[in-house]
Amino acid sequence: MPLVLNEELEMLRESARGFLDEKAPVNALRKLRDENNPDGFSRDLWKEMAEMGWAGILVDEDHGGADFGFVGAGVLAEEMGRTLTASPFLSTSVLAATALKQIATDAHRQEFLPKIAAGEVLFALAVDETRKHGPAKTAMMAEKSGNGFKLSGDKTFVADGHVADKIIVAARSAGAAGEQDGLTLFLLDAQSKGVSVERTMMVDSRNAARIKFDGVEATGDDVIGEVDGGYMALEGVLNAGRAGLAAEMSGAAQAGFEMTMNYLKERKQFGSEIGSFQALQHRAAHLYSEIELMKSAILKSLQDLDAHYGMAGPICSLAKAKAGEVAKLASQEAVQMHGGIGMTDEYDIGFYMKRIRVAQEMFGDTAFHTDRLAQMRGY
Amino acid sequence: MSDLETFRTETRAWLEENCPKEMRDGAGGEENICWGGKEWVFQSDAQKTWLDRMAAKGWTVPAWPKEYGGGGLSKEEVKTLKSEMRAMKARSPLESFGIWMLAPALLKYGTHEQKAHFLPPIARGEIRWCQGYSEPNAGSDLASLQCKCEDQGDHWLVNGQKVWTSYADKSDWIFVLVRTDPSATKHNGISFILVDMNAPGVSTKPIKLISGKSPFCETFFDDVKVPKEYGSDISAVVGDINRGWDVAKYLLTHEREMISAGGGGLLGSRGLGEVAAQKVGVKDGKLADPVLRSKIAQAEIDGWAFLLTLERMKDEAKAGQGVGANSSMLKYYGTEFNKRRFELMMDAGGSDELEWEGARTDDGKLARGWLRTKANSIEGGTSEVQLNIIAKRILDLPGA
Repeated sequence: MPLVLNEELEMLRESARGFLDEKAPVNALRKLRDENNPDGFSRDLWKEMAEMGWAGILVDEDHGGADFGFVGAGVLAEEMGRTLTASPFLSTSVLAATALKQIATDAHRQEFLPKIAAGEVLFALAVDETRKHGPAKTAMMAEKSGNGFKLSGDKTFVADGHVADKIIVAARSAGAAGEQDGLTLFLLDAQSKGVSVERTMMVDSRNAARIKFDGVEATGDDVIGEVDGGYMALEGVLNAGRAGLAAEMSGAAQAGFEMTMNYLKERKQFGSEIGSFQALQHRAAHLYSEIELMKSAILKSLQDLDAHYGMAGPICSLAKAKAGEVAKLASQEAVQMHGGIGMTDEYDIGFYMKRIRVAQEMFGDTAFHTDRLAQMRGY
Repeated sequence: MSDLETFRTETRAWLEENCPKEMRDGAGGEENICWGGKEWVFQSDAQKTWLDRMAAKGWTVPAWPKEYGGGGLSKEEVKTLKSEMRAMKARSPLESFGIWMLAPALLKYGTHEQKAHFLPPIARGEIRWCQGYSEPNAGSDLASLQCKCEDQGDHWLVNGQKVWTSYADKSDWIFVLVRTDPSATKHNGISFILVDMNAPGVSTKPIKLISGKSPFCETFFDDVKVPKEYGSDISAVVGDINRGWDVAKYLLTHEREMISAGGGGLLGSRGLGEVAAQKVGVKDGKLADPVLRSKIAQAEIDGWAFLLTLERMKDEAKAGQGVGANSSMLKYYGTEFNKRRFELMMDAGGSDELEWEGARTDDGKLARGWLRTKANSIEGGTSEVQLNIIAKRILDLPGA
């Protein structure tokens, strides 16, 4: 498949850019932060996004979705990255929709996919328990009890955890922390007895939570996928999230880069535009090259998720690793080249640096994915 | 069966019948290339047979028109032929600067007479060409070149010196950038002229490089008389007189694309991690040197992303999108990456690979290759020149 967007996807990109520039510029995120918004996103905006088909971008048409596939989801994630739009898109429309489509029962699909597409239900995926990502490190227990399970443990860095109606959580029904075998995924009601949610205010002003599970009861019907064999299923869902985050970082990096190039053409020192200085030109040109490499890796990862979902692990690691590095470089160069003004809260560039730092950490940073790729390649 | 499938079946059968066994070892290194030319000594009978058979079919240059010695194949057919050759590990029958550099210039800027005269011997591997661009005082600032070419009525008179002419001492002809109008501004007085290396007054001197090898020469022109025409309507000058910079720029872009694609092509062979694992050893499933492991994994990430970028740029060009100046980005990144790759292989190789002579290292093959890569980011426009081009043509930065 050629590594370019087709006409339909180009149109999606164009309409997304127009909509977000008008309805959700960086100022919208600033406002949510400044007014200490309890949801951390605008429910009205999310409704509009759902009406345009964004919430159900991955959901098939039979369940009321737009069915644009991962490339389409990536286009939206990238555009939302450009404007740093806060929304439940990643948690609900990418992670949960993927989990439901790939591993859930027909009953679960029937129940939730139409609601996701309609923007009527919010999900969160709870995986990590420690400060560094690692699904196999899961220690949270899912003790077999009667016909069901009792879940106990602590999850951290759960995107949209405090607004979610439903939580998909990874817990250990067998084995010990560090092992891939023995994981089971559960789909729980956020209001279940024993679930306590603490919203964590993050550096990027976006949503996250720590969630405590204290003897939460789950039945066999709450299980998605296989009991004890949830690791690979979880990896698949995480891969989709990684590619989505990479696309978002790519959008943020490109927007920051464009702001910086404009600034280099305006700002004068020593009697000339600072963009005429070769020291800055070469750094800008190098960064341009890195951004192009990042874009290629991400587009390929999204295409592969659509074409060979089960084999997209390595390419998603490539995309996440490369995006993490390049977006970080882009945000650092942006602040440095803006000089003092880049350090001010009033100027937007700092918001980009903060969001990129968080997206970089989520579901594995560059080091995690670099190591993973080396392992996959046998060294 | 579609036409293309029929073509594939027939091609496979033909290759099976005509490609000598010795030419099916997948050997691609510079030392195994068949360069052709009057002075070429075939390394084996099989090499000659393979060249002759492929040339007779026009398949040394399958995409060229048949009338100029090519195969007249469509893009899809060329792709099919290449993939069939790869499948049987067939060596390329012929490579040369004539095919890579001169032919694209002739096909775009040459007259029918020039193409009909110069292209067929290139396709058959009979004439070997070299490139006369750089001068001692015109490197990155190529357009400041001074090699003089005066109009003497019935002939041109060429005086000057070129440097970094690849394999000039083994070549039959040279395409040269010369100054035909010294009074014009620097980009406007240059012409692209074809010169017989056997003409009186042309001489060469090999330059020994840090790798110990001499792939490049200095080439001198002392009162060299170049005929205006090499036959009826076969001008010695390609393109318009004084407009040679257009041809040169076109070829430089082409050369950049080739160099960057070559940098990527090297990747296809064997992974860095695999090579390093063999040399440094593996402990608990991981490379025994953890710092090197991390550097190699980072390099493999960039190498993979670079290959995908080459692919994406090709696809964008096909779809009529994309930016022409991206060839500078590919040249910059590809050559810098290739240098990094060889540094890592030297790191993995340790002291064993430092043996400059002897059978153990095949006379320092890796070390010499490592040194050779240092030229990658100099030849065809330095990395710094590529960054200038990106800043100016793509990023539109001021005063660049």
